[in-house]
Amino acid sequence: MSLALAKTGSSASIALDVEGVSHRYGLDGKELQVLDNVSLAIEPGEFVALLGPSGCGKSTLLRLAAGLETPTAGKVLEDGRPITAPNPDRILVFQDPTLFPLRTVRANVATGLEARGIIREREHRIGEVLKLVKLESFADFYPHQLSGGMAQRAALARALVNDPKLLLLDEPFGKLDSLTRLRMQNELLDLWKNAGFTALLVTHDVEEALLLADRVVVLSDRPASIVAEVRVGQPHPRRRDDADLVALRRSLLEKLGISDDV
Amino acid sequence: MSAAVEDGLEGAGRRSFALPIDSVWWNGLLAAGTWFLAAALTYGLPDVITWGATELFALVILVGAGIFLALSFTVYRLGSVGRTLVHYGPWFIVLGLWLAIWEVVTAKLGWLPKPFFSPPQGLLHVYVTDWDRLLICIAYTGRLWGLGFFSGVLVGFAAGVALGWSKRFAYWGMPLLKLIGPVPASAWIPCTFFIFPTTFHASIFLVALASGIPVAILTASGVGQVNRSYYDVARTLGADNRFLVLKVAIPASLPNVFVGLFMGLYYSFAVLVVAEMLGAKFGLGWYLQFNTAYSAYANVYAALIIMSLICAGLVRLLFVVRDRLLNWQKGIL
Repeated sequence: MSLALAKTGSSASIALDVEGVSHRYGLDGKELQVLDNVSLAIEPGEFVALLGPSGCGKSTLLRLAAGLETPTAGKVLEDGRPITAPNPDRILVFQDPTLFPLRTVRANVATGLEARGIIREREHRIGEVLKLVKLESFADFYPHQLSGGMAQRAALARALVNDPKLLLLDEPFGKLDSLTRLRMQNELLDLWKNAGFTALLVTHDVEEALLLADRVVVLSDRPASIVAEVRVGQPHPRRRDDADLVALRRSLLEKLGISDDV
Repeated sequence: MSAAVEDGLEGAGRRSFALPIDSVWWNGLLAAGTWFLAAALTYGLPDVITWGATELFALVILVGAGIFLALSFTVYRLGSVGRTLVHYGPWFIVLGLWLAIWEVVTAKLGWLPKPFFSPPQGLLHVYVTDWDRLLICIAYTGRLWGLGFFSGVLVGFAAGVALGWSKRFAYWGMPLLKLIGPVPASAWIPCTFFIFPTTFHASIFLVALASGIPVAILTASGVGQVNRSYYDVARTLGADNRFLVLKVAIPASLPNVFVGLFMGLYYSFAVLVVAEMLGAKFGLGWYLQFNTAYSAYANVYAALIIMSLICAGLVRLLFVVRDRLLNWQKGIL
């Protein structure tokens, strides 16, 4: 928490405010409500985890924050301004790496710079970011030649090269094996500490949320509303067998409707 | 340990002893045998039906047999070409047998009579006597096919991208495409005569239509099937619509586009005959019709073989382009 506060005021991050947001999808003439009056204030540089059952609408919240959709009701604001369209300041990393299959790792990472026409000025960033995610020797590989963890690191690099002020992570490690996941969690933490962006992580892994986030927000089943918010005060690096974290884990699981003896 | 050494020594010994036999390509020897048989039958047995080029054909086959004989002892020193030859060894054997049987049942016994069937020597006779006209026909057909295929593919690809990308285009275009798609090329002839200034333009149109429609349909479905999350990723990275179409949708649809190109290639060849019905003076399609009318089926078969060889060559070329473009031959880590 203190770490996050220390970075407040730097221009590398933005505040995200979700004010009374409800969202519906029209599906075959039927309306499906996924978000119900969700309000959430995220400070610049804060790391917030959204925890909830699968299919509850967590990802929808990220899509709204990314500007890929506009909410049916309520407002989503960055530094007080409404979010109406996607912007490379707010980048979404998906559960699947979704690397472009015909582009090398380097070309994938360059996509954002290329799309915005600033690749000449910022080309040096590509090498830097690849080094950051330890993929510098795989720059000329194609996505199908990468392992799952490498592909997800490439996706992360593709986001980071744009120096996002808000990084939206939609279960980014959900499909990785447990060892790779642990390693990637630590790497993400380092990146966040160094780059100073605001991070909003969607996960259904209670431990992951507790290890990474300053604040864990628990969402209900669909339509999602906020059930609880828990601040995690422990400094990084956190130990997963820390007594306070174990206690927090138990209470979070209870809020998700799972008692400890299951 | 010692056992392994002994084994290795013994193995080495056996290898050096067996070297002359190991380096013989047995299938090559067999192929030389069947080809020699075909040559002997062609030369030795009298023709029941006169086709011409008997001695020449026997000579060509004999040379083939000689080449296989030479290859039997050298093929393993020829690198990748040699490996390809070895791979097709059984084919060469069967080819020799097939030539022998084909000769016997047509020219030598007359079971398959003139003019409906032609022995291989008959085809050779056509190539030897009519080569100049065939060359001109190849050139004419090449011009017609090239103009038709490439313009058709270009228009089909552009239409396919528009249909796959824009809902409004798809609303009006897809039903039309589905209606036009199955109409046989010959059904267009009356309209094309009215619309186009010359029969040559009409022929180009028919070839273009045959090659363009599968490309359009497959491109449209390719662009339509692109995973939505690619668009989402690109949009959050700051891509505009132009970037989404050119750098996301089109590359992602390329595998489908190539399926369309393969289909278009086959259809365009099938339609050549019809296209060259329209007052063409030369061309392989014209050659087929002209000779069919005179019951000169040997000429028909000879031209058909040329057409299928050209078509197979183009398909092969397209495969090379595809593999280059899509990196399909790169290994998985």
